Amino acid sequence: MSALLAADLPYWVQSLLRVLGGVVAVLLPAGAIVYLFLFKMMSFMQSRLGPMEAGPYGSMQLFAEVGKWLQKEDITPERADRVIFKIAPLVVLASTFLLVAVVPFGPDAWFTNFEAGVFYMLAVSSVSVLGILIAGWSSANKYSLLGGLRAAGQLIAYELPMVLAVIGVIIQAGTMNLQGIVLAQNTGEMFGWNGLGNPYILTQFTGFIIFMIAVQAELTQTPFDMPIAESELVSGYMTEYSGFRFLTFFIAEFATAGVFSFIASVLFLGGWGVPFAWFGWTDIDSVDNWMNVVGPLIMFGKMMLLSFVIMWVRFSYPRFREDQLQRFAWKVLVPVSLVNIMVTAILKVAL
Amino acid sequence: MIATDLLVAQNVGFGIISLLMIIGAVRVVTVSNVVHAALWLVIVLSGAAAQYLLLSAEFVAITQVLVYVGAVMVLFLFGTMLTRARIGAESDLNNKNWFLGIPVALLMLGVMSYVIVDGFGSERLIENSGDMQPIPIQVISDDIFGPYLLPFWALSFVLLVAVIGAIVLARKD
Repeated sequence: MSALLAADLPYWVQSLLRVLGGVVAVLLPAGAIVYLFLFKMMSFMQSRLGPMEAGPYGSMQLFAEVGKWLQKEDITPERADRVIFKIAPLVVLASTFLLVAVVPFGPDAWFTNFEAGVFYMLAVSSVSVLGILIAGWSSANKYSLLGGLRAAGQLIAYELPMVLAVIGVIIQAGTMNLQGIVLAQNTGEMFGWNGLGNPYILTQFTGFIIFMIAVQAELTQTPFDMPIAESELVSGYMTEYSGFRFLTFFIAEFATAGVFSFIASVLFLGGWGVPFAWFGWTDIDSVDNWMNVVGPLIMFGKMMLLSFVIMWVRFSYPRFREDQLQRFAWKVLVPVSLVNIMVTAILKVAL
Repeated sequence: MIATDLLVAQNVGFGIISLLMIIGAVRVVTVSNVVHAALWLVIVLSGAAAQYLLLSAEFVAITQVLVYVGAVMVLFLFGTMLTRARIGAESDLNNKNWFLGIPVALLMLGVMSYVIVDGFGSERLIENSGDMQPIPIQVISDDIFGPYLLPFWALSFVLLVAVIGAIVLARKD
């Protein structure tokens, strides 16, 4: 496996493999989340069976859905801004692909190893706002424009607590590199005991909660789905999209849920690693090569766990009102995360 | 010697990105729709980020994306869409005094070039032998928060004043 990813291959083969890996890392979680959580789990929570016809236990339903969406007519509203209308879903999807590029899946299994990985993650996740805004505007539809503006306001508001929540982790790990954060958690120790490493969900629990709430809002999942509130805005900025273009938004939404779960598991749950003390590893170079295979599986497990939580919250709570939503971000999350940063910094220096 | 210098991949990339940026910059002032102009500006600003990446100034490039593409342009579009952003061409976008902008732009170009040449004209990039390593972020933060700590604080006070001013202006009572 390391031979596949290390310098033994020519540059273009490595790049090709990384691109393929990135596509898998985006589409696989999206498919898994949509089938397992959106179709099946939601149905069971609502005391019904969900899709049962396509394949055993409805497992082929995804392919049926994709086939259905591809067959639909591609409609562009007559007075819409055609070029921008068509670019907008791609901008949102591109943001997801840029986001997954920074996630490490094993000691050598990464796409890019940015020195400022966390910072990069925060920067490219904000690009999707642009796509949503222009999607709402170019549809030439009042509901779409309102949805786009609501989405932009919400995403700007919740980006701040997200950045601030991550700063606690950065202070504790002493690095912005995601690989370094994984290393710091798995070689860490709690009161001299290194059997579990030191996953930051324990020390940065406040940060974790704020981060997950901010992720929920960034994904515009219920209870933060004011931008696509179907009872007042039809379906917000997505109203005019049909067929393949709607599918692009749909995939981007759930793929981003998966990618944010990946990032949250790297930041707070120890990422691809197992506590290094179990196998006597000391640093990233001494990690055995089989971690390049097991690491992605561990990451996938943690991703499913976190996206389960996201979907669980989504199906459990009613929607926030617009003013409650903004007030919650600015008056609760931002102050709490600032206090969290202060406490973390003081403890970091004092201990 | 010159030919080998010119044909490295960075230079080709620099040329392509610069061309895109110039086209984008010209389109910003020539298109007849506010939102289109803003989107061309996004291309120019992301082009600047790509140029920073080519110089392996990773941190500055990411900051460029975070601040300009992710925040400034989003707020810009947000504001435009809340007030006036019709679909299609608008005839009254061009001010009839637009030619006055040309000497101002040329003056700005001259002043900027003079300042940069005067300030950094004698400095050379470290000879790059194969792969340039990006500067660690710890070094950057030590540089910013060491000698420039006081200006940084002063800047944050300016921002605070701006925030308070915005609140005062927006309050109804």
